[in-house]
Amino acid sequence: MAQNDSTTGGVMLAADGTPLKKSLDRALRAQKIRALALIAPLLLFILVSFVFPIGEMLLRSVQNTVGTDYIPDVLPNVVVELEEWDPASGEAPPEAVYRAMAIDFSAAFDNKLHTQLGRRFNYETPGMSSLFRKSGRPVTKLDPESGNLKEAFLEIDKDWGRIDYWATIKANSGRYTINYFLAAFDAERTLDGIKLKDPDERVYQKLLLRTLGLSLVITLCTLALGYPVAWLLADLPARTSNLLLILVLLPFWTSLLVRTSAWKILLQEQGVINDIWIWLGFEDRLSLINNQLGVIIAMTHILLPFMVLPLYSVMKTIPPSYLRAAKSLGATNTVAFLRVYFPQTTPGIGAGGLLVFILAVGYFITPELVGGADGTFISNRIYYQFSASGNWGLAAALGTVMLVVVLMLYYIYDKLVGVDNVKLG
Amino acid sequence: MTKSANDGAFVEFERVQKSYDGETLVVKDLNLTMPKGEFLTMLGPSGSGKTTCLMMLAGFETATHGEIRLDGVSINNIPPHKRGIGMVFQNYALFPHMTVAENLAFPLEVRKLGKSEREEKVKRALDMVQMGSFGGRRPAQLSGGQQQRIALARALVFEPELVLMDEPLGALDKQLREHMQFEITRIAHNLGITTVYVTHDQTEALTMSDRVAVFNDGRIQQLAPPDELYEAPQNSFVAQFIGENNTLNGVIQSISGDRCTVKLDSGDVIDAKPVNVSKVGDRTQVSIRPERVEINKDRLSKDAHTLKAEVLEFIYMGDIFRTRLRVAGTEDFVIKTRNAPDQVRLQPGQQIEIGWLAEDCRALDA
Repeated sequence: MAQNDSTTGGVMLAADGTPLKKSLDRALRAQKIRALALIAPLLLFILVSFVFPIGEMLLRSVQNTVGTDYIPDVLPNVVVELEEWDPASGEAPPEAVYRAMAIDFSAAFDNKLHTQLGRRFNYETPGMSSLFRKSGRPVTKLDPESGNLKEAFLEIDKDWGRIDYWATIKANSGRYTINYFLAAFDAERTLDGIKLKDPDERVYQKLLLRTLGLSLVITLCTLALGYPVAWLLADLPARTSNLLLILVLLPFWTSLLVRTSAWKILLQEQGVINDIWIWLGFEDRLSLINNQLGVIIAMTHILLPFMVLPLYSVMKTIPPSYLRAAKSLGATNTVAFLRVYFPQTTPGIGAGGLLVFILAVGYFITPELVGGADGTFISNRIYYQFSASGNWGLAAALGTVMLVVVLMLYYIYDKLVGVDNVKLG
Repeated sequence: MTKSANDGAFVEFERVQKSYDGETLVVKDLNLTMPKGEFLTMLGPSGSGKTTCLMMLAGFETATHGEIRLDGVSINNIPPHKRGIGMVFQNYALFPHMTVAENLAFPLEVRKLGKSEREEKVKRALDMVQMGSFGGRRPAQLSGGQQQRIALARALVFEPELVLMDEPLGALDKQLREHMQFEITRIAHNLGITTVYVTHDQTEALTMSDRVAVFNDGRIQQLAPPDELYEAPQNSFVAQFIGENNTLNGVIQSISGDRCTVKLDSGDVIDAKPVNVSKVGDRTQVSIRPERVEINKDRLSKDAHTLKAEVLEFIYMGDIFRTRLRVAGTEDFVIKTRNAPDQVRLQPGQQIEIGWLAEDCRALDA
C-alpha cells in the first residue's frame, strides 16, 4: 500500500503527478457549478426581492431627501449661505441667507417641491409645513435683487424670523442625516445640542420595550401550551398523531384576518366569553380585547403551530427507551422528565422560541385589530409613518432599529445557548 | 407481604397473562421460577412474547392476569423506579446529553449517594468493563461496542440483584458480539447477579445461559439447559428453532419402550425414539441433527434401518463438510461431517446409504 503513495516535499500527488488537492478540486468543480446553477434562480430572487430592498431601506434611514432629491440639491444657495450662520448666536440669519432662500424657494415652487420640503422639515420642527405652504406664491413674487429680502420674508410671515426654523434647515444641509435615528430613539436636536425628549414624549422607546416584552410573554405562553401537545403528538402512534397534527395545522388554512376577527367576536365586551362569564354569575364584564391581554391571547393562538412543530420534530427523535432507562435506574417520573427528557428537547424549545419570538416582534395585523391603544406594536407605528405620515425616513430608521435589535438578540441567544443547538427537524 | 412457598425462588412468574387489545393474548399462562444467580435466556422468534415478559418484569407493562414475584414479594403494583432492577436496552439508551461518567452517576444521584461514594462506584464500574479512561466522553463519541459496555456498567453500577437485558448485542458485528457474549457472562457470574436475557439469536442463548426458555406463541415451549435443549428437544418447534435440523414426516408403525419404528410418507421405515407420540398410527415428525447422521454403514448395528440417498450438493466449509441429500422425497436433508484426514468427500450424483442411532432420531408431534 504505502509505496503506491507518491509524495513530493510532503505534498500528496495523484497518479498523473499533479498535486492531489488540485486534482480533487478539478474533479469537484463540475459538481459545484451544477449545484450553483440549481440554486441560481433562488439566489437571484433573494437578491432582487430581499437584499436589495433591505439595503434600500437601510440607506433611506440616513438619506436626507425630499422626494427623490437630496435637500442640498433643492436648496443649494441656502445651504452655502447658512454655513456662515451660527444658531447659538441667538440672532436670525443675515440678509444673504434670505436672498438665497428667495432664489431656491422659487426654483422649488416651480418643481412643486416647496410643500414637500415644508413637510420634511415639519417632522423635526412642527409648524414649518404650514409656513412653507403659505409662503408658496408670495415668495415667488419677491425680487431676489431687492436689498431688503429679510423684511419682505418677515412680512409674508413673521415665523421666517424664528431661529429654531433656520436651525432645522441648517441641521439638514447635508446629503445624509442621523436625524431619523435620533427620532427613532426619542432624541431631538435642540439649540443646546442633541437631547432625549421629555419622558412622557418618548414614544418609540416605550413601543420597542412593549413589543419585546409582549413578544416574550407570547413566546412563553406558546411554549407552556405547545410543549404538552407536542409531547402527546410525539408519543402517540403515527396514525393518531398525524390526525392531531392536521388539527394543529388547521388554523394555517384559515386567513389570518379571519382568525383575528374571530377573536374579536369571542373576546369583545358583549362577546361569547363575556356572556358565559355573566351567565356563571359574575357581575362585571371583563375587558379582554383592545388591550395587551387581547394581543397576548390572539397572538398566542396564531403563533402556537410555530412552537408545536419544531418541538414535535425534535421529540419525535427521542426514543421512549430513554425515559424507561431513567426509570429503571431509579428515577421518579418527575426526575426522569427533568433530567433526561427535558434537556433533550431544548433544541426544539430554542428553535420554536426563536421562531415565535421573531415572528411576534414583527407582527402587524393582530395588534392593529385587537391591540387598542396600549397593545400596538412598533410595526404598527412603522406602518403609520409609511402610510399616513409619509415619513419614510423615520419608518426606515425604526425598521433598521428593529432589525438590529433582533440580530442582537439572536447573537445573545447564540452566546447563551448556541445556534447549532437549534433543531427544526 | 407474603413470602412465597417456593423457597429459593428469586424471580417467579405465576400464571401470568398479557393482552394489549383485550382480544388476543400475547403471553398465555406463563409460569417460571428462577433461583438466585441464574443466567436465564428468553429465546424465541419476534412476536413470541419474550420481550413483553421482560417488560412486565421491569414494570413497563402490567400483567393482565397473574402474579410476578421478586424475592418472594409481589411486584405487580410496584412502579419501575422502585423495583431496583438493572436494565440494558436494545439501543443502549445512554443519555446523549450526559458524559459517560454522568450517565453512570445518574442512578447513584437519584439514590442520593454522596459525591465521593458516587465517584468511587462509577470508577469501579468503568474499570469492570475496561472503559476506565472514557468517563469524560459523550456516548456519541463511542463505538457501538463501547456504548454497549457503558450501558452494561450503568445497569450494574447501583448493584442491583437482578439485571434484565433486551437483545443488547443485536446491533454489534459478529466478532464483537461473540466477545461481548463472553464478557457479559463473565461479569454476571463474577458478581453473582441474576440475569434475564432476551434474544432471538439461538447461538447467543446456547453459549451464554444456564437455562434457556424457548418462547413461541405466548408460551414457554421448553425450559432447559442448553445441551438438553439441543439434544433433547421436547417438541418439533424447539427442534426446528434450535440449531440445524432434518425433519421427515410419517406415521408410527410400532412402539415399544423407548424405541419405535416410523413409516415415512415415502414408504421407507426408520428407527426413532418416541418423545411426544403415544400410540401406533399417530402422525409424527421425526427430527435428526445433521451431525448425527451416519454415512458409514459399518458403524451402525446390523438390524438398523437405512435409507437410500442421493448426493445433491457438497459444500466445503473449512472445519466441516455440509452435504445436501435427496432422502425419502425431500431435497433439503443436510448432513455434516467433520473435516478429518480419513473423511470421504461425497460427490454430487453419488448414491449412498444413511442411517443413525435410534436415540438420535426423535419422533415428535406432527
